Amino acid sequence: MTTFDFTFYAFSILTLLSASVMVFSKNLIHCAVGLLFAFFGIAGIYVLLAADFLAAVQVLIYVGGILVLLLFGVMLSQRIAGVNIETGTLQFIPALLVCGVVFAILTHLALKTRWSLMPLAEMAPTSRTIGNLLMTEYLLPFEIISILLLAALVGAAFMARREAR
Amino acid sequence: MQELIASILAGENFLSDVPPVLITVVFMSAAGLLFASLAAINALIAVYLERKVSAHMQDRLGPMEVGPHGTLQTLADAVKLLLKEDIVPQNADRFLHTLAPFLVFAAAIGALVALPYSSAFLFANFDIGVLFVISITSLTVIAIIIAGWASNNKWSLLGGMRSAAQIVSYEIPTALALLVIIMQVGSLNFQQIATAQTGWFWHWHVFQFFPFNLIAFLIFFVASLAEVNRTPFDLPEAESELVAGFMTEYSGFKWAVFMLSEYANMIVVTGVGAAVFLGAHQSPFGNFMNGGVWGVFWFVGKAYGLVLVQIWLRWTLPRLRVDQLMYTSWKVLTPFAFACIFAVGLWMIL
Repeated sequence: MTTFDFTFYAFSILTLLSASVMVFSKNLIHCAVGLLFAFFGIAGIYVLLAADFLAAVQVLIYVGGILVLLLFGVMLSQRIAGVNIETGTLQFIPALLVCGVVFAILTHLALKTRWSLMPLAEMAPTSRTIGNLLMTEYLLPFEIISILLLAALVGAAFMARREAR
Repeated sequence: MQELIASILAGENFLSDVPPVLITVVFMSAAGLLFASLAAINALIAVYLERKVSAHMQDRLGPMEVGPHGTLQTLADAVKLLLKEDIVPQNADRFLHTLAPFLVFAAAIGALVALPYSSAFLFANFDIGVLFVISITSLTVIAIIIAGWASNNKWSLLGGMRSAAQIVSYEIPTALALLVIIMQVGSLNFQQIATAQTGWFWHWHVFQFFPFNLIAFLIFFVASLAEVNRTPFDLPEAESELVAGFMTEYSGFKWAVFMLSEYANMIVVTGVGAAVFLGAHQSPFGNFMNGGVWGVFWFVGKAYGLVLVQIWLRWTLPRLRVDQLMYTSWKVLTPFAFACIFAVGLWMIL
């Protein structure tokens, strides 16, 4: 087993275990912590595939932003406002059926496909290339996303504002 | 680190029979342990400094009993903390209560690894150094919220909440102030940022593009104070309101881990400040005592100089109110940081 394999399996196991904690736990905070480690596992795999910029951004946005907001919302409603949020099991048998069918199809496809193997990417600086591409070839999508985010921001600020008296 | 491992694996030596996976794992663990102990030594020194500086500022002597001038006081405190009973509240979430301090510590060590201590030996030379430090420290927020929640105590929870709101708000001016310099260097790599500041001290970024870089540095410094929960931004552990904030229910070793990470984080933010604005490991006097091991001397010296300023501010300024805290971040620091980016960008084009 090479170092690459070892690292890959370590991160995969971390991701899968914490993702299953996230899915199966009844406690929302435990789910969030599971999600945290799943994000880290994915970021580790990104680094392994020489996408270090993507890994850092993944941790920054998902852990530093989205997960914090999620925890914030859950905690404010649970411990302070006294609302009891628990995840429960609904529609157990239909869900099992749907998941089973999807799983069977996916495994079938995964086994049937002839995967073409890529040579392992060398660790090389990626941030400059990404920056250049964003400012040249993908400028329009980049600007459209910026405007979309700005609109969302303005909308959020408007909804959060108290009614003017 | 990777080069070191690669050179060991390539050479014919007594390690040739050991599987490479094992060597990598052992070396990585050793590096982790090295940084954990560095963090511990840093806390010993910084806590002593904090006590002595505060004492002299208040016309006291501070610790004087243990060792000459009380130099061994923090060591004695560390031993005491290790021997203390570990108390977990009855209805606390035991697992998360234990996990939280170690998550904070992991984030602090992760950030310490990336700092540019010298041009000669690099522990980790990333292309994305600055971004890595910013992103790995965001783990601290989560850990503090978890600590607050898992303690099952309203003070802890409120402390954790305040901390999260504060750190999330102040991350923005911190990152924007760093962006001013990153724009000038054109790289996120700490080593390249250091190389861009070679020469006498007026080549440091803080003195370039006067006054915009200086303003960016001040914004960074103020925001970084808030990021590490130092006075005047220590609302998460405001003792007059929240007992000890998110640390209320922690005792013994876990509390010690929190303190270790707090002081390690101080070095992280001052280290980033020193690296980006104050010439990193470069000597302030041209080629005088420059490069190699001297780099460590200058880098640690600059970082500790900024730590002294942090300590000085802590014993000078009163704590802010929550609304003042938010006002400072969103209505003062963030707009000024944007103005700096705009001005420097214009200057660079013209």
